[in-house]
Amino acid sequence: MLLQRWPVLAARPSRRAAVCVQAKVSRSEGEPRVIRGKCFVTRDNIDTDQIIPAEYLTLVPSKPEEYEKLGSYALIGLPDDLYPERYVKEGEMKTEYPVIIGGQNFGCGSSREHAPVSLGAAGAKVCVAESYARIFFRNCIATGELYPCETGARLCDVLKTGTEVTVDMDKNVLTDHSTGKTYPLQEIGEAGPVIDAGGIFEYARRQGMIKVA
Amino acid sequence: MALHATMNAPCGAGRVARRSVKVSAVAATPTPARTPAATGSVKRAMTMTEKILANHSDNASTKPGDNIWTRVDKLMTHDVCGPGTFGIFQKEFGPNAKVWDNERVVIIPDHYIFTSDARANRNVDILRDMATKYNIKYFYDIKDRSNFKANPDYKGVCHVALAQEGHCKPGEVLFGTDSHTCNAGAFGQFATGVGNTDAGFILGTGKLLIKVPPTMRFVMDGEMPEYLLAKDLILQIIGEISVAGATYKAMEFAGSAIEGMNMDERMTICNMVVEAGGKNGVIAPDQTTFDYVRARTDEAFEPVYSDGSAQYVADYKWDVSKLEPLVAAPHSPDNRKTARECSDVKIDRVYIGSCTGGKTEDFVSAAKLFYRAKRQVKVPTYLVPATQKVWADVYTMPVPGCDGKTAAEIFEEAGCVTPAAPSCAACLGGPRDTFARMNEPEVCVSTTNRNFPGRMGHKEGQIYLASPYTAAASALKGFVCDPREYM
Repeated sequence: MLLQRWPVLAARPSRRAAVCVQAKVSRSEGEPRVIRGKCFVTRDNIDTDQIIPAEYLTLVPSKPEEYEKLGSYALIGLPDDLYPERYVKEGEMKTEYPVIIGGQNFGCGSSREHAPVSLGAAGAKVCVAESYARIFFRNCIATGELYPCETGARLCDVLKTGTEVTVDMDKNVLTDHSTGKTYPLQEIGEAGPVIDAGGIFEYARRQGMIKVA
Repeated sequence: MALHATMNAPCGAGRVARRSVKVSAVAATPTPARTPAATGSVKRAMTMTEKILANHSDNASTKPGDNIWTRVDKLMTHDVCGPGTFGIFQKEFGPNAKVWDNERVVIIPDHYIFTSDARANRNVDILRDMATKYNIKYFYDIKDRSNFKANPDYKGVCHVALAQEGHCKPGEVLFGTDSHTCNAGAFGQFATGVGNTDAGFILGTGKLLIKVPPTMRFVMDGEMPEYLLAKDLILQIIGEISVAGATYKAMEFAGSAIEGMNMDERMTICNMVVEAGGKNGVIAPDQTTFDYVRARTDEAFEPVYSDGSAQYVADYKWDVSKLEPLVAAPHSPDNRKTARECSDVKIDRVYIGSCTGGKTEDFVSAAKLFYRAKRQVKVPTYLVPATQKVWADVYTMPVPGCDGKTAAEIFEEAGCVTPAAPSCAACLGGPRDTFARMNEPEVCVSTTNRNFPGRMGHKEGQIYLASPYTAAASALKGFVCDPREYM
């Protein structure tokens, strides 16, 4: 979907020792692209201010300590009356919900990369929504923080926060373990391998698209 | 295009040895040569957006859906995303890499400036370090936060500063680490927002892989009524197509109403393209554009226009003389209502500022209405000029038709809060001590761009987006108010 031709870039090779961000998806070659866990259900038009309010944007995502802090604030902007259950419990750094369910236009609003970063840092692995805003979608892939899966089904009306689900991006199906029902997912396509690798730079390195001249 | 960089390379023991490495060219995979018969002698009819992207990639023409590598003319970043962007650049290209072109990166601190928040202030310091290390030509620095005027380089809100400093030019490609980068499309260029990772990539290579968007056309014809402003037009459009109506698409604005607008008003329209999900907005450059640009830079540029037979995926047309002043009611920019049907909504405050509604023309408009009304505001009315230049205009420029008075004089007579130091301020909430931040659940009429829950601070705050006329009228009434009541 995204990538057709790659340029030959020469850049520094992989040396991940110093800055190692743990919560990126980073899946090994051959491992099935399947995520099982509790889901957190949101509605239409979840904008990036709700994902990570502006007051937390003083945290710089490329600094490991601040990256972790961003995770603790993931989805803290959701209105309390509509979302009594917090995505990350007060006092915690990580979420219980590796799967986020969305409606239409998930991630709209500001371009802040802090949005997918905070979700990934909190422990989100995959979002399953009807549609995405373009900058958010692009940022998910570039950072490798979470898979932005698309579905035709109106899952936000069907699933409840806390339900155990399996998101299978090889078979393109989501299973609701409370009912056994399954729902079709759109193919993650070319975006999949990029996120598997942990983002666009790491993907390019692994593909040999970035090499030292 | 060759990059020169000093790279780290691994040596046998697994440790890093430093050596100078000349980076070979960044180029798309070579395509096999095509014969003239295969290419055809006539170029495909293209929209402005398609043409600009064709000119900036190795393609004779582009069509919607093409994934292309585009050269970048300018990259902009600010205090919220700059540190992260440079962090990624350093991590991926190495601590000794140079940016692709130190004259094409514009660093504009603007978001969290006048605050005691230590991290926010540290982020401006980080930008300074980066600007020094990479010899960045355009860094609009601020050191003395207690007096913005003591900082000769400081500008204010990035999108307005880009325009005022001559960085926006027809036919060019601009990326910024901010969603309202689409603002610059008013100059007939391709301009859109990206995240830190994409921006870090551009810093190193001067290119980005993007998909060519299809174009939706919006023709605004007729003569603008005296009570209507550009903001009403873009709210009309977003209300029509919804917050996802232009997702992944370019929005092209045309028509006599657009042609009659100055650059400030054109920017207001393109600024909110992202609120409809749009990728970029464009307005065909004309003499108004050229006059503005030439007054600010003598760098060359080449304007680009949509072909007559270019294809659009949607065509909308309005007679603006039939439109009414609008608001976007809580909590979505597409929650369109007329101002008059909200006349029973009691408000607590008014905010006039931001890249969307804090430019000179926006303050001139508000001042005109206050002057005509000759009354005092009923609620706290916060004014935040977008840049130092706008602030200066507010204090020195006589407002047309107002007996030689400046906007500042008119605002004072109307009882508004003294205009604040230029920055993004409360448009997006920010640190707790940000000027005019909504820290209680209040009702606010604002000339800003978004009203999602919590946008200006408090999660239960209610924000009505509006034009400067409507904002001023609402301030006078103490309720959401159609400006015709004071005209």
